[in-house]
Amino acid sequence: MVYSKDFLLNLYKTMVKIRNFELMAEKLFLEGELLGFIHLYIGEEAIATGVMANLRKDDFITSTHRGHGHMIAKGADVNRMMAELYGRTTGYCKGKGGSMHIADFSIGVLGANGVVGGGLPIAVGAGLGIKMKKADQVVVAFFGDGASNTGAFHESLNFASIYRLPLIFIVENNHYASTASTKETTAIENISDRAVSYGIPGVTIDGNDIIVVYEIAKEMIKRAREGGGPSLIEAKTYRIKGHFVGDPELYRDKKEVEEFWLKEPIKKFEKKLFELKMLNEVEKKKIWENNQKEIKEAAKFAKESPIPSNKEALTDLFVNDSGYDY
Amino acid sequence: MREITFAEALGEAISEEMGKNPTIFTYGEDVAKQGGIFGAYKSFSGKFSGRIFDTPISEEVIYGSALGAALVGMRPIAEFHFADFLFTGIQSITLQIEKIRYMTGGQGKLHLLLRGPDGISNSAAAQHSESIETIFMHTPGIKVIIPSTPYDIKGLIKTALREDDPVICFEHKMLYKTKGFVPEKEYLIPFGVADIKKEGNDVTVVTMSRMVHESLKAAEELEHEGISVEVIDLRTLVPWDKNQVIESVKKTGRLVVAHETWKRAGWGAEIASVVQEEAFDYLDAPVIRVGAKNVPMPFASTLQDFVTPNYKDVINAVKKVLR
Ligand SMILES: Cc1ncc(C[n+]2csc(CCOP(=O)(O)OP(=O)(O)O)c2C)c(N)n1
Ligand SMILES: [Mg+2]
Repeated sequence: MVYSKDFLLNLYKTMVKIRNFELMAEKLFLEGELLGFIHLYIGEEAIATGVMANLRKDDFITSTHRGHGHMIAKGADVNRMMAELYGRTTGYCKGKGGSMHIADFSIGVLGANGVVGGGLPIAVGAGLGIKMKKADQVVVAFFGDGASNTGAFHESLNFASIYRLPLIFIVENNHYASTASTKETTAIENISDRAVSYGIPGVTIDGNDIIVVYEIAKEMIKRAREGGGPSLIEAKTYRIKGHFVGDPELYRDKKEVEEFWLKEPIKKFEKKLFELKMLNEVEKKKIWENNQKEIKEAAKFAKESPIPSNKEALTDLFVNDSGYDY
Repeated sequence: MREITFAEALGEAISEEMGKNPTIFTYGEDVAKQGGIFGAYKSFSGKFSGRIFDTPISEEVIYGSALGAALVGMRPIAEFHFADFLFTGIQSITLQIEKIRYMTGGQGKLHLLLRGPDGISNSAAAQHSESIETIFMHTPGIKVIIPSTPYDIKGLIKTALREDDPVICFEHKMLYKTKGFVPEKEYLIPFGVADIKKEGNDVTVVTMSRMVHESLKAAEELEHEGISVEVIDLRTLVPWDKNQVIESVKKTGRLVVAHETWKRAGWGAEIASVVQEEAFDYLDAPVIRVGAKNVPMPFASTLQDFVTPNYKDVINAVKKVLR
């Protein structure tokens, strides 16, 4: 495949944006600016970026607790994202969701999810809805290797398969589910092998290679859009940072982490772009600096945004009223 | 006015709304070919091709997919086979459906209805007899409707299918075959408006579902003894009609709350607490709750009868608050 410089640089910029957002979130959390749980997507940026490059704005995704990258790649506004991490009124959820529940239905993000596997049935429903409407949208369900061991995974893949729903299941196998290594908790090496049980295609790919991700996602998304039904893509990657910011990481060897820093997706892609002469040191510096500025501004915007009033806690439960006898 | 069954009234409500609104579709286990486990869909199965279908036994996905379909603009009706099985897919309801709108700062409208049978039947034992509506009153985020008559179910289901918030409907198994008057002309019943099934002056009985009929039977017997009971059918539990209950208590000064679900921490406890918090001065006696004994439902029919409340328990409770 031959790709235009613009196209490749846009992929690169999205990955850089996710990385910088995450680095800022990490810094702010460690400085005591943010509360709750922050699960970083650092080292996994190629998956969200490569998949989303194939989606239309009116396509849908379901995300996970590690969802900032999915949001950004789907086109979310980093100001509103950062404001949500800060719990401010200008945030995507007006400060009521936080990092784990960030969502923007208007760009098709049907929610991050604090329940491991919780997004899968929702994605199936979105696919069912699209099928009932006879529309040509698709749904991508992102979830972790840990989620692939839930009952929801089994129910969802079977359900999506029998109705040939326009779904792409993407398991981000980052080698860990919290402190548990995937090897110890998962009976088979390649999670994509499970696709056989549902009569759907399954592939395992290098999730740190943006072009590989882009190409496979393109094929499976096209298939789903044309009525070919669901598929399972296992993108192998590595969670370079702790499970959450502040994780003491007692369960793994530092050497292992260092090894994976060498294989991380942004460096890998950079190398390719340099070889193709589509990027040089000067341009690279400019991209990073511009984006760091944008992210810094997002943090400033968030911090300066108003804290919600207590009244806000008593709205948005129901449409017709604010809830009964709070 | 014509008389039809509870199941037929439910079927009419769904069929009429499906006819009007192409975004409605309905699915669950054994709904399409069999017409629902208690036959509620029989009257119109075959009518809406592709919009009524059977699913695999995948409760977490049945309920969770209703949410997903609602988020993309459809109005699904997902049937739970037996209320007991809600527990096997409960996270899709209590952690997703109930919370997503709130968690996302009010994004989207959840046009969805979960519905199905609950309660006792002929010795179905511990895993097929439960009434678990209290759980959905306790966890905020879903509206709860529990009709007791053909008239009520038709009007409430039609409202549910035009509602902007998620709704769960519990239909007592022993009510499906009961008959009642239902007008041919369209009508809707708003949520949060209780129905006084029988007026009275001495004691207020607040109840729902099958226990409405037990309470009416109790009231009739008590009438012979010169005791006048007011039977209030809440019809919807979230929201519940606090005003009508308190108005009635102001009149009678005595309250009994009767439900089939377990007495311990059943929704009757909530009603009793609210009434004593807000209308204590009007009460002439402690509020008494009627509910099931705090054990799983036993199989043997004598034991089921012993554990489950009936009209006799209501009579005893009424006499107790009058002492
Ligand atoms: C149902 C459920 N069980 C446990 C948790 C706690 N928990 C949060 S994330 C996580 C690990 C998830 O692993 P994986 O699916 O591989 O995603 P990753 O964190 O690696 O991206 C666990 C156990 C949860 N949030 N939900
Ligand atoms: Mg993982």
